[in-house]
Amino acid sequence: MDERICVEDIFLSLGDRKVFRGFSCCFGRGQISIVMGGSGAGKSTLLRLLAGLQRPDRGSIRVAGEEITRLSERELFRVRDHIGMLFQGGALLDSMTVYENVALPLREHTRLAEPDIAAEVGRRLAAVGLPDTEPLYPRQLSGGMLRRAALARAIVTDPEIVLCDEPFSGLDPVNVRRIEHLLTDLSRKLGLTLILTSHHLPSSLRMADHIVFMVDGQALCGSPAELLASDDKRVSEFLEAEHNGHPRPAPGATGVWQAPS
Amino acid sequence: MKTPTLQALGFRTVSLVGHLGCIVVFIGEVVTYAVRRPFRARRLVNEVFDVGVLSLAIVCLSGATVGAVLGLQGYNTLSRFGAEGSLGAVVGLSLVRELGPVLTALLVTGRAGSAMAAEIASMVTTQQLDGLRMMSINPVDFVVTPKALAMLIAMPMLNALFIVFALFGGYLVGVVLLGVDSGVYVASLEHAITFEDDVAGTLLKSGIFGALVGCIATYRGYISEPTSAGVSAATTGTVVTASVAVLLADYVITALWGV
Repeated sequence: MDERICVEDIFLSLGDRKVFRGFSCCFGRGQISIVMGGSGAGKSTLLRLLAGLQRPDRGSIRVAGEEITRLSERELFRVRDHIGMLFQGGALLDSMTVYENVALPLREHTRLAEPDIAAEVGRRLAAVGLPDTEPLYPRQLSGGMLRRAALARAIVTDPEIVLCDEPFSGLDPVNVRRIEHLLTDLSRKLGLTLILTSHHLPSSLRMADHIVFMVDGQALCGSPAELLASDDKRVSEFLEAEHNGHPRPAPGATGVWQAPS
Repeated sequence: MKTPTLQALGFRTVSLVGHLGCIVVFIGEVVTYAVRRPFRARRLVNEVFDVGVLSLAIVCLSGATVGAVLGLQGYNTLSRFGAEGSLGAVVGLSLVRELGPVLTALLVTGRAGSAMAAEIASMVTTQQLDGLRMMSINPVDFVVTPKALAMLIAMPMLNALFIVFALFGGYLVGVVLLGVDSGVYVASLEHAITFEDDVAGTLLKSGIFGALVGCIATYRGYISEPTSAGVSAATTGTVVTASVAVLLADYVITALWGV
């Protein structure tokens, strides 16, 4: 696997809680990787570590070949030029309209003229299914709309790596499919390295090339088929609980559970 | 028993030194971004509006009230010595040299400083500052510097307005209500106040207070915990720290420069 991001033997404690205990895993270039695990397993913290927003107590994180744990904030900006991030709450600037939020990275980092910026923003908002929301403020959007607008902002500069924290939570099935297709298309067409945390099992299994299952501060990595075939009790308990106790499909199945009739 | 106490003391000392270092770095960053391109003029104008224009009512009303009280108290005291004619000088000097800059700074801390800290702290809570970092935009450049600069710009102007309204309040009470001669009031005011010592001094003082309040408010918001309790702590911390800092700075400036 051509590794875009590699995490090696990281340890991190938050207060008395040891979130990462020798966590290691790699994320391949152009792959869609889904990070799964129970609540409090450290999925969002992992994304923050990969983005350089938080530093591990020890261990190494390489992004595009660069060790980021020792970089200064200014040096991290250089690395983050290649990364887009969708936060769980959207993290849109509430003093700005949706248009201004999505246009912000283009205004800050490109020399595009305002009409070109407007066209690009319109295109991205249409792609996430929010064509008429440009003049609205974040407080006027629902949770799902907010997250989609934030996704438009995260991808507007065509980053090489996109980190998405729970992109499907709070979305209706139509928009889950829409975002799923959008992200898959971006990854396949542009060779985007996509890392998502998600509890949405059907989407995760449809999209993922690679799954990282977080348990006890460590990572179990593999393909969706390998995950489904796993004998690890912690994995099987999680998967069955996520699917309301329905039995798991056989390894190598399409990855979508069928509820018993 | 001694060891934990010693450890705690050591921990507090190290933490305090670290904190002071953070403050110095933070202020250094604010100053750097204030003089470096891009100048965020639109954001700065919006912030000056928030700090300045939205504080007008409270500053003007408080100014007029303080001036009226000064006129009343000054008249009662001066009339014991038959020196009512010096009312303009007493009201003017106490306002321009002391009360104007200090009271304006305390009022603006309570209204705009606390709001500034709360806004930044809630941006921390909702990960908006992290969102900026992920767009390779430094939050100190984009959010903090325009706010701190706005405080620095607005404070002297608000101070000037406070003094004007206070002088008017003093005039109303002294001249209209208590019968001091209008010409005497204005002449004594004119005679007592000089531009170099008093007017320039009050502007300098309020500029320093503006910088202090701006830095404290933005810093307290910036380092706040990402919780609702963190927002609350940033707000109250700003009001307490900035108020004390203003009073201390007032003493130091007065002692050093006699302003």
